[in-house]
Amino acid sequence: MFRSSLLLILFLGCAHLVAPAASAQENPYIVAYDHYLEEPGNLEIEYFSTFGTQRGGNDFHAFWMEFEYGATAWWTTEFYLDGQTTFNDSTLFTGFRWENRFRPLQHEHFINPVIYIEYENTSGADKILKEVEGHDVEEDRLDPNAIARKEHDHELEFKLLLSSTHKGWNFVENTIATKNLSNEPWEFGYAIGASRPLALKASAHRCTLCRENFIVGAEMYGGLGDRYSFGLHNTSHYLAPVAAWNMPSGWTLRLSPGFGLNDQSTRFLLRWGVSREITGFGSMVSALFGGHR
Amino acid sequence: MKVPQVNKREVPSVFAVLASLVIALAAGFTPNATPADAQSQKTSHYKYQDDALVYAELAKAPEKDRAKRNPVAVDPDAIAAGANLFDQHCAECHGDDAEGSRKGPSLLKEPVQTATPGALFWLLTNGVVRRGMPVWSKLPEPQRWQLVTFIKSLGSPAHTGDASTAPKATR
Repeated sequence: MFRSSLLLILFLGCAHLVAPAASAQENPYIVAYDHYLEEPGNLEIEYFSTFGTQRGGNDFHAFWMEFEYGATAWWTTEFYLDGQTTFNDSTLFTGFRWENRFRPLQHEHFINPVIYIEYENTSGADKILKEVEGHDVEEDRLDPNAIARKEHDHELEFKLLLSSTHKGWNFVENTIATKNLSNEPWEFGYAIGASRPLALKASAHRCTLCRENFIVGAEMYGGLGDRYSFGLHNTSHYLAPVAAWNMPSGWTLRLSPGFGLNDQSTRFLLRWGVSREITGFGSMVSALFGGHR
Repeated sequence: MKVPQVNKREVPSVFAVLASLVIALAAGFTPNATPADAQSQKTSHYKYQDDALVYAELAKAPEKDRAKRNPVAVDPDAIAAGANLFDQHCAECHGDDAEGSRKGPSLLKEPVQTATPGALFWLLTNGVVRRGMPVWSKLPEPQRWQLVTFIKSLGSPAHTGDASTAPKATR
């Protein structure tokens, strides 16, 4: 718990120190991705928490920080730091992830694809459940941290992100394929979602509580087995309402209670996140090294 | 007290990730500023180099998109709402008064001001991804039309030739 508080303090400190901020129009999804990339040169710092129940064991609180940078209008790169606290057990740093998203098409289409490639270097104690794949089930998280941390996962994860926006609604469909680099079979998963702002027109005056600042929806995600046993057998699935509040100050809050849909799923997940978008971060760093701001 | 063990095999992969992040950061750089550049930047906001290429994108708008009518053109709140949206999402690259900056072209110039509302809406929706302009279809359609209304208002007779009188976003 102490380390997660440190992470949050680090996040808040970074976000306050590195101004200016921009009002973001962030989607509310925690697991699913749409096709919108970070604006070029902007840095988004995000902190997320997941509280999860555990049958036959101790409940947990997993947390992670994301540093999301818009390298170009067609490439976004993101660095994650993960950790977790298992109640009545311990708190651990559980690894890092490096994610890249590429937009292959220049214009908007009815369905917009984005290619997602991620490298993960995590321990078996990682519980952030940022994606569910293969035969990930609740029982996997029963091991005490002292044992789970000894397992090291080096994974490459590929996703095809498909997303459409129509009359204010956003629909996403993500297909996941993951390869553990230590000779494990390919694992598969999915995430789907839909969301919409509460109002489509912007107000004439800047306001924090205007309806257009709130985006609500739902996402569903789960595993699809692996190369040798593809399908729904012994997989877990979740349904989660999602909500985001985009504030003009540049802060975004997200909230999502998630519910396990079958017996292999964790019964309840409560996720929340806070993020802040910093405009012109690339230019600021460039200026430090004598480049143009 | 146990000292945490660092897995030596993990060190190169951490460096590889950090090196790649530096490359990503560098992708947005415009290096080698001279003192003269810095001075001219203070005196002139308009620095974007690919403006003609971005303006040329407007001509690529399909005829049916170009002919679209602005559904909020007569909405009395559209300009003010568009000004707010501009301040939140566009001013970073196009400048507070839409006069352009190093990162984006002026929106006060003729190619933008003579473009049809439909062409501007199409460009906002599709972006100019290869030139650094993101797609803005994440803003709902009515908000994109509000932005178009604001941008077109900058070229109205009351505002042309004097950017200081252009409608400003509420800060």
